[in-house]
Amino acid sequence: MTTKGNRVSPAERREWWLFLLLVGPNLALFAIFTYWPLVYNGYLSFVKWDMLAPVKIWVGLENYRFLFTQAEFRLIMLNTLIFTIASVVLTGSIGLAMALLLNQALRGRDAVRSIVFSPVMLSGAAIGIVWIYIFDPRYGLLDMLLGFVGLDSPNWLLDTAWALPAVIIVHVWKTVGYAVVIYIAGLQAIPRELYEAVVVDGGGAWARFLHVTLPGLSPVIFFLILTTVLASFQAFDIIKVMTNGGPVNATTTLVFYLYEQGFVAFNAGRAGVASIVLFVLMFMFTLVQMRYEERNVHYA
Amino acid sequence: MTTSSPEVLRETTQELQRPAATSITWVGHRHGLVGRIAAYVGLVLCVLLIGLPVYWMITGAFKTPQEVYAIPPTWIPLQPTLANFPKAWNSAPFERYYLNSLIVTIFGSGFEVFFAVTSAYAFAFLRFPGKSFVFLLLLAALMVPAQVTILPNYLTVARFGWINTYQGIIIPGASVAYGAFLLRQYYRTLPREIMDAAHVDGASHLRILLSVVTPLSKPAIVSFALLSIVAKWNEFLWPLIVTNTKDMRVLPIGIYWLMVEEGTIDWGVVMAGTLFVVLPVLIVFLYAQRYIVDGIAAGAVKG
Repeated sequence: MTTKGNRVSPAERREWWLFLLLVGPNLALFAIFTYWPLVYNGYLSFVKWDMLAPVKIWVGLENYRFLFTQAEFRLIMLNTLIFTIASVVLTGSIGLAMALLLNQALRGRDAVRSIVFSPVMLSGAAIGIVWIYIFDPRYGLLDMLLGFVGLDSPNWLLDTAWALPAVIIVHVWKTVGYAVVIYIAGLQAIPRELYEAVVVDGGGAWARFLHVTLPGLSPVIFFLILTTVLASFQAFDIIKVMTNGGPVNATTTLVFYLYEQGFVAFNAGRAGVASIVLFVLMFMFTLVQMRYEERNVHYA
Repeated sequence: MTTSSPEVLRETTQELQRPAATSITWVGHRHGLVGRIAAYVGLVLCVLLIGLPVYWMITGAFKTPQEVYAIPPTWIPLQPTLANFPKAWNSAPFERYYLNSLIVTIFGSGFEVFFAVTSAYAFAFLRFPGKSFVFLLLLAALMVPAQVTILPNYLTVARFGWINTYQGIIIPGASVAYGAFLLRQYYRTLPREIMDAAHVDGASHLRILLSVVTPLSKPAIVSFALLSIVAKWNEFLWPLIVTNTKDMRVLPIGIYWLMVEEGTIDWGVVMAGTLFVVLPVLIVFLYAQRYIVDGIAAGAVKG
């Protein structure tokens, strides 16, 4: 570990052993269960294998060619895109509205904050089941509520047009409390003097929002966009429980496809390609996030 | 950018006449009566939007088989019954699910917290060659979501003979990157003098870690531990893949199979089952909400 002209002192060597003791096991686990799978996924994406046969047949780029020219995979990427954009926009905007409200001095505010945050903590599997009951077009809660405004409930989970909106609704319902917490933390970091300055300049509520709140929140908004994008890429339990990817692939996203190819269809090659695509997408977003955080370490 | 319409001016003069101590938000602080009513309507809306499904789950668990399918549905159970709970409990080995969930959560989070504390200490206070490189390695792990690794990890765990075992569920997810960063961040805010004093006293690193750093960073460790516990308790994809018999299922998998196998013959029973999964987390949340929320906010707004 020594470099020229930079000799390691005995003290540093002692600390090196201590370091191995403290960080070693954690790193070893990462090597086996995080880095190695990444490499192995790359390998799997070039083979044809049913996860049983003793030999894996090398097929080069065939799995990639197959998926990228297939209409089904295009639909899956489109589903992923719709799910992600809708989740980010809805969570971001509804969360902001709620946070602005819940950041004011109102009676009962803290209790409402707790309620809004609670779904974040709940099991996606359990929550998905509850929502199947709510979405039922005959005796469900939502049908009754829609009835109040004179609307008929669609057959949410069995209709290819409504199944994706349904899982998006549940995903947003479950994650919006997270956004509220982050927004409120961001709102409280905005110096009060800035608001007072706008007021002195004669600015009203809208001016305060536009010229102080929004710019002050911009780092937090950026952070939220990235984390909600990553969360929607990874959404699985709600989809598995509510629709199992259906009807006819209507709610199959990239993660779900990866699971299906790997553990239902036993097509390791296609699962490998899906893993690589998912990883590249997430890697790009995480990179943006980290570069951004690097630049903003001194913020707030 | 400022306008000077009469309305704005009027608002401003009102603003200035008020004591400076009142908080100023984007909406304006002293809502008139209309503003106040609007704000409280907003609060009620938040409660309904987010709270109603949870309310529906809880009340559904107390409805009779006839009532749970009533059209239109009833808001309050007309003949509240407790019968759904024993029925749900007996329709699947829930005591086993609880045991499995407890084991997986305690050990899974235990490992994560232990690794987070030790790794964070090493990166915050030790000097050793290659530190920045190793740090980068850990950072890189943040970029690999568990979902990407499930297939190779399944094969690895199979090779170890760990399919359908506790270690198979726990070990692949035991390492931690996020928690290490969170705690390292916190450790760096600890007063340097205390550390120096401990060193002068001849305390070893392990001693400092155990009796100085850990007690001082209790709130951060508790925050991370709670986030980890909730995540492990709710984990779904990996336990779904790596277990294949009823007696190894954790609660979320158990409730999922209960719904698949039993169908939705009786929603009251199913709602009671979902309450079994959700209730422990709700109780933890009621008691430790502040720590959990702090832990989440700490990731976004850096000090």
